[in-house]
Amino acid sequence: MRRKWVVLVAATMVAATACSGQSEGERGEVAAPPSDPAKVSGEITVLTNRTDQISDGTLKKYADEFGKVYPRVKVKFEGLTDYEGETKIRMNTENYGDVLLIPNSLSIEQYPNFFAPLGEAGELSKKFDYTDHATVDGKVYGLSNIGVANGFVYNKAVWAKAGITDWPATPEEFVADLETIKSKTDAVPYYTNYKDGWPLTNWTNGIGSPECDPGAYDSLATTEKPWSEGSDLYAIDKLLYTIVDRELAEPDPTTTNWEDSKSQIGTGKVASMWLGSWAISQTRAAAEAAGENPDDLGFMPFPGQKDGKFCSVLRPDYQYAVNTHSDKKAAARAWIDWYITKSGQSAAEGSISSVKGAPLPDTLEAFSDNDVTLIPQHQRNKAEIDGIDKASEIGITSQQYRQKLVDVARGAADGDMDSYFAELNGKWAEARQTLGG
Amino acid sequence: MTSAQKTRAAQPAAGRRGGSPPESAAGRPPAGRRRRTAALTPWLFLAAPLTLLVMFTYIPVADMIGYSLTDWDGISPTRSYVGGENYTDLVTRPARFEVFLVSGFYLAASFVQIALALYFATVLSFNTRFRNLFKGLLFFPYLINGVAVGFVFLYFFQPDGTLDTLLRLFGVEGEHLWLGDPDLANPSLAGVSVWRFMGLNMVLFLGAIQSIPPHLYEAAALDGANRWQQFRHIIVPGIKPVISLSFILAVSGSLAVFEIPYIMTGGANGTETFVIQTVKLAFQFDKVGLASASAVVLLILIVLITWVQRRLIPEERVELS
Repeated sequence: MRRKWVVLVAATMVAATACSGQSEGERGEVAAPPSDPAKVSGEITVLTNRTDQISDGTLKKYADEFGKVYPRVKVKFEGLTDYEGETKIRMNTENYGDVLLIPNSLSIEQYPNFFAPLGEAGELSKKFDYTDHATVDGKVYGLSNIGVANGFVYNKAVWAKAGITDWPATPEEFVADLETIKSKTDAVPYYTNYKDGWPLTNWTNGIGSPECDPGAYDSLATTEKPWSEGSDLYAIDKLLYTIVDRELAEPDPTTTNWEDSKSQIGTGKVASMWLGSWAISQTRAAAEAAGENPDDLGFMPFPGQKDGKFCSVLRPDYQYAVNTHSDKKAAARAWIDWYITKSGQSAAEGSISSVKGAPLPDTLEAFSDNDVTLIPQHQRNKAEIDGIDKASEIGITSQQYRQKLVDVARGAADGDMDSYFAELNGKWAEARQTLGG
Repeated sequence: MTSAQKTRAAQPAAGRRGGSPPESAAGRPPAGRRRRTAALTPWLFLAAPLTLLVMFTYIPVADMIGYSLTDWDGISPTRSYVGGENYTDLVTRPARFEVFLVSGFYLAASFVQIALALYFATVLSFNTRFRNLFKGLLFFPYLINGVAVGFVFLYFFQPDGTLDTLLRLFGVEGEHLWLGDPDLANPSLAGVSVWRFMGLNMVLFLGAIQSIPPHLYEAAALDGANRWQQFRHIIVPGIKPVISLSFILAVSGSLAVFEIPYIMTGGANGTETFVIQTVKLAFQFDKVGLASASAVVLLILIVLITWVQRRLIPEERVELS
């Protein structure tokens, strides 16, 4: 028995020294765009979450097009179904492709450890949107190919049946409209997608919309109590709370199903869901598959107006980065630039291109017709906010705290909105204090 | 017999056939070397499992204990030593241990599970019709992948889903939020766990029951003992060690519940267990150090409880004749 302990202690000490023996990761050179396409060569591996585009050959087509411009570069794709989970684990090694999407859960201050800088922020931000989402110390580490607007995907036919044609302009109006839908139609007015969870996290992406303030997210770093009246998180979470509290959401949120919800909204069994603009084409496809009219599905901004105009926040989708350990950085960078600016990928999928000055896609026609102000969500304080968020164990970008909010609203957990917001405020303030904020 | 043993056994025989009858010492391998190889053989056989065990169990555990003394976030190349800080954080926040209350549901369920398993094992050990079919049917859930079980039961528990429809056949009306109602969620999940693991307990009991000599039943039957008396006075004492082992496994199992609630509810609606909390700490809040410390605490707790249980119920040899 005693000998076992000796072995265990020895093993522990070995492990402990192994930990402290590690040194700072090497910093890569800048992955600059190559000046002469003929000179870049090599085979690059691109990690992607779009396994569907690998199997239907879409990505292969892009790679072939790319090959015409860069004849000596060969592009290989590696699709990962559980992209977030697998990539983060692989990043403990040096082998995580040449080009990859930055995992969402990676905090921004880690970027320089894993990715090669793509250039100066001042320069790149003139050409691309959302560069501030991946800027550390004035250097940009990731570029996204598309942006996403946030709003409610809604079934126009159901809303029209309830006699509503205008977009609600305040959260109160929105809730009143949902109540009308509940009384006049059989549809579930709002679907939370509580079980799958990530649709709940999307509410956080709406920060900025209620007050039409691009700096709303950044102000979280300096706010002691983000869930206080007047703040965006308060407005957003209060709206969700009220919807559930007035029983305007699905009766059993714990057994929801995302794939199923797409056809439910397509066939008018559900009236609205809070999602990104990427979901428009997916829900339309689901409606078509169910034999309904895809044009019934519309997209409306957060119910709030500033100076008589609606406001929607744009945020980047996944950002593309170059592995700092890659020895083909020029080829990798060439692919990223080509994919974002020349491939035509964003237009083909009805997404908002991240290249500055690109026109809005057809799916957001209603936004341009109604003169919706599209504002960016600045994330200059992202590192600080990530730090507070993780230390407080709230997780504003994860589903847990909003699932609890829904539970409180439907009476499945103790407390009410004010007590829950007070609890969240307390955790946030405490974490800020411990971090010396 | 493995091929190595065969060759060695064949060697002297071959020598005897061709060589002179009185075996010369030079013709045989030196006795010392042979003894050494013989001593080495079991270790060679053990090498493979031991390497695997050390590589995939003991080294990771040692690593985990190492991480628990650091503030590592799971991805950064640097980590600093913080000593016992993670452990202090754990014990000074009682809220982190509240989740053990959820384990109570699973513990209660495991008693039901053991009782059911005992019942079925006893019934199936007698000459029941189609007993092999029933054995298979009852054991089958244990063979299904946990993720699949989770998904199947998500549909089963949906309001107006399979369970509600079944209940309606028996005249129980109404839609129940089996997972949505906070009072029902944990019992529902514990029920799934019973369904899944009962077969394993049953097979363990069945194996033990079959080692009871049949003449004991005959003698008991001659003395006029009925089935219940046979169960009470022959079977239960006969398989006591297996029953007490099942209880030990039940307690440690209910402290470490993970798969079923994680897949079905993700720990929402008051179904979070200690392991789910640990996983969330590590992968959502980047506190791998703290999560490792929780895992170490869980390990210590389970070892401690098992030790207490063993002290309370000492192992005894059962004589069956």
